[in-house]
Amino acid sequence: MKRMAWLLGSAIALSVAGASGAFAQTTLRMTWYSDGNEGEVMQDLLARFEKANPDIKVVLDQVPFKAINENLPVQLAAGEGPDIARVVDLGGVAKFMLDLRPHLKDAAYFEKNYGPFLSWMRLPGDTTSIPGYMTQLTVTGPFVNKTLFEQAGVALPGEKATWADWAKATKQVADKVKAPFPIAIDRSGHRFLGMAISEGAKMFDAKGEPAVIDDGFKTAASMVVDWHKTGVMSKELWGSVSGATYRGANDEFKNAQVVMYMSGSWQISQFDKQIGNAFDWVAVPNPCGAGGCTGMPGGAALVGIKTTKNPQAVAKVMEYLASEPVAQEFYSRTLFVPGHVGLAQKGIDYPSASPLAKQALGVFGKQVGQVSQTAYALQGYTYNRIIFNAVISRVGQVVAGEGTLDEAYKRIEQDVAAQIAERKK
Amino acid sequence: MSGKAASGGIGDRFGGVLSAPYTLIMKVLDIPMRAVQNAIGERRMPYVFLLPNFLLFGLFVFLPLILNVGYSLTGGSKLYLSERPFVGLGQYATLLDCTNHLQPSTCREDHFWRGVYNTITFVVLQVVFMVLFSLLTAVVLNMKIRGRGFFRAVYFFPVLLSPVVVALIWKWILQREGLLNGAITTLGGEKILFFVEPGWAMFWAVFVSIWAHMGFYTLILLAGLQAIPADIYEAAEMDGTKKWRAFHRLTLPLLMPNLIVVIVLSLIKGVQTFDEVFVLTGGGPGTATLLVVQYIYETAFSNQVQNFGLAGAASVMLGVVLFALTLLQLFFARKGEKPT
Repeated sequence: MKRMAWLLGSAIALSVAGASGAFAQTTLRMTWYSDGNEGEVMQDLLARFEKANPDIKVVLDQVPFKAINENLPVQLAAGEGPDIARVVDLGGVAKFMLDLRPHLKDAAYFEKNYGPFLSWMRLPGDTTSIPGYMTQLTVTGPFVNKTLFEQAGVALPGEKATWADWAKATKQVADKVKAPFPIAIDRSGHRFLGMAISEGAKMFDAKGEPAVIDDGFKTAASMVVDWHKTGVMSKELWGSVSGATYRGANDEFKNAQVVMYMSGSWQISQFDKQIGNAFDWVAVPNPCGAGGCTGMPGGAALVGIKTTKNPQAVAKVMEYLASEPVAQEFYSRTLFVPGHVGLAQKGIDYPSASPLAKQALGVFGKQVGQVSQTAYALQGYTYNRIIFNAVISRVGQVVAGEGTLDEAYKRIEQDVAAQIAERKK
Repeated sequence: MSGKAASGGIGDRFGGVLSAPYTLIMKVLDIPMRAVQNAIGERRMPYVFLLPNFLLFGLFVFLPLILNVGYSLTGGSKLYLSERPFVGLGQYATLLDCTNHLQPSTCREDHFWRGVYNTITFVVLQVVFMVLFSLLTAVVLNMKIRGRGFFRAVYFFPVLLSPVVVALIWKWILQREGLLNGAITTLGGEKILFFVEPGWAMFWAVFVSIWAHMGFYTLILLAGLQAIPADIYEAAEMDGTKKWRAFHRLTLPLLMPNLIVVIVLSLIKGVQTFDEVFVLTGGGPGTATLLVVQYIYETAFSNQVQNFGLAGAASVMLGVVLFALTLLQLFFARKGEKPT
C-alpha cells in the first residue's frame, strides 16, 4: 500500500513538473510576408528549431507585403509589435529594432557574414548594432520573354545595350506579336531610381543630403514619360493608380503579355514555378546609360523587435536561422540571392531550380557586382522610402496627364524636404 | 384532455426552469437599483439606464473625436500624443495654403484639394443618379408586375455585399481581360482601358457606388410609395388625371419626406466614400478619383512618414462638412414633421 502511494505521489509530482515545464515555454511571434515559397520554407525551419528547443515556440504570422509597410510600423510605434519581423523598409523601422549583440553567442559571425548590410538596419550614427540578418539580397533587373522575341524574329539586344535599344526592340516585338506591354516597369520609385542612376543621377549632394533632381534623373523621367506616349509602356501600371501605390506586372508577364519586365531577383521563384514550360524567359543585365548599367540593391531582413519581452529567445532563434547551414538551406530552397557574404563567396546550389531559373540567378548574381555606389548609398539612406514614394507619386501623375515634368520635379523636391523635416520633428 | 394538461404542465415547468436564472438576476439587480433610486430619486433614473450607452459612445466615438482634434494640433511622425510637438493651427494652415483654391496645383497640399474637388464631383453625380435610379426602380417595383418579390430581392442583394467584394467583382469585369472587354471584342470592338482614362474611371466609380447602394434607397422609397393611400390615385383616375400628372402632382409631393431622407443620407455616405473606390481605381488614373478619405488614409498610414497631424486636420475639416450635412438632414426631417 505504501509502495502504491509512493508511486502515485511520484507520478503526480512528475506530471506537475512536466506541466510546469510546458507552461514555461516561451512563445515568440514572427511577422512574415512571402513573394514565393519562403513562408513554407521558414515554417519547416522553425519546426526543426522548435524540436531542438522545446522551450521556445515560434508562431509565424504570415501577412501581405502591404501590411509590412503600412500596418507594422503603426503596431511597432504603439509597442504592440511582434518579437521578430521580416521587413523591407529597413531605415524606416530601424528605430524599433532590437540590438541583438548582448544576447548573441557569436556576434562576430554576424559582423563577418552579414556586415555589409547591417548599416542598412542602423540609425544614422550607429555603427555597431546587430538588429538581424538579410533573408535575401535583391537586385533589380529585367526579365525578358525570349519566346516572344523568337516569334517576332527580333534579336535580343546585347549585354551593354541601352534603354533606348531595349525600347526599340521590345516595341518591334510587341507590334509583331500583339503583346500589350512592350516594357513594363514595376510602379515603384525603387525600380525607377535604378534606371535613373544608370542614366547618371547622383541622388545626393556633396554633403550627403538628398539632391534628387539632376540631369540623370531628368533623362530617365523624360524617357519613361515619352514611352507612355509612344506605347512602349502602357498606362495601366504607372498611370492607373494614385500616390505611391505599388503595381507590379508579374501576372501580366506570366501570361506572356509583357516583352520585357523590369522588376527584380525576388520574382525568380514564382516565375520558375508558375510559368513552367509555357514560354522561355530569361533575365538580362540591366540596360546601360551615362551612369553605368546598374540596378538597385535591396532585400528583406529578419530583425528582432526591441519591445520583445524575450530578447534571449529572439537571439536564439535568429542565431539558428542565420547560421550557415540553415541560411544555406533557406536561400537554396527559396531561390534567393544570399545576403550572407560567406555563402555568396562559396556559391549556392539551387537543386530545385529549372535551367531557366538557374540562368536568371546567375545573371542577377553577376548584377550584384555591378551595382553602383550611388545605388548602395541610396539603399542605405534612412529616408530612402520618402524619396521613392515622392518620385513615383509625382512622375505617375505626369504619366496620367496631370501636369508637366517640370512641375513634378518641383513637387518631388518639396515633398522630400517636407517629409524629412516632419520625420525629424 | 389529460394529455394536453400534462404537456402544459411540462411546458410550465420547463419555462419555470428557463426563467429561474432570469428571475434570480433581476432579484440581485433589484437591490442596488433600489438603493440608487432612493439616493437620486425616480426622475433621474433614466440617466442611470442611459449611462452604459453613453459610456460606450464616449469611449468609442467621442474620445477618438477629441483625440483626433488633439492630433490635428500636433506635428511630427510620433504615434503618442504626449510625444508630439504642438504646432497649433499649423496643419490647417498647410491644408489651406493655396495661391488659388480653385486650382489644386497651386496648393501646398495639392492632393488634398484634388481630393476635395473629386469628392464634390463624385457626390454630385452619385446623389443625382442614385436618387433618380432608386426612384425609378421603386416605382417599377411598386407596380403589379410578375416576379415582383424576386426583383425586390435582386435589387437589394448588392447592399448585403462588402464594399471590397463589390469593388473586386467590378474590377474583374472592367479590367483589360475582363468580362466587359471580352464582350466588346466578341462584338468586334476594341478593348477599352477603363481605369486609364480619368472620365471612364470616375464614371465607373460612380456607377459601382450606385449599383452597390441603390437597393437600400429603393427600399426607403418603396416604403414611402406603399404608404400613399390607393384611394388618392383612384380619385385622380376618376377625374381623368393622366399617369404622368398623377406622378408629378401626387406621388412626388407625398414621397418628399422619403426623398429628402434618401438625398441627405446618400449625400453623407457619398462624402464618406473610401473603400469601394480605393479598391476599384486606387484613386487613379493620376489623382482623377482620389477622394478626401483616401487622402486622409494615405497621409496617416501608407506614406513612409505617417503624418497623423495633417490627416487629423483633414478629418476635422471633413467632420465639419458632415456635421453641416447632418444638421441639414435634421432641419428637413423636422420641417417634414410639422403639420401643414
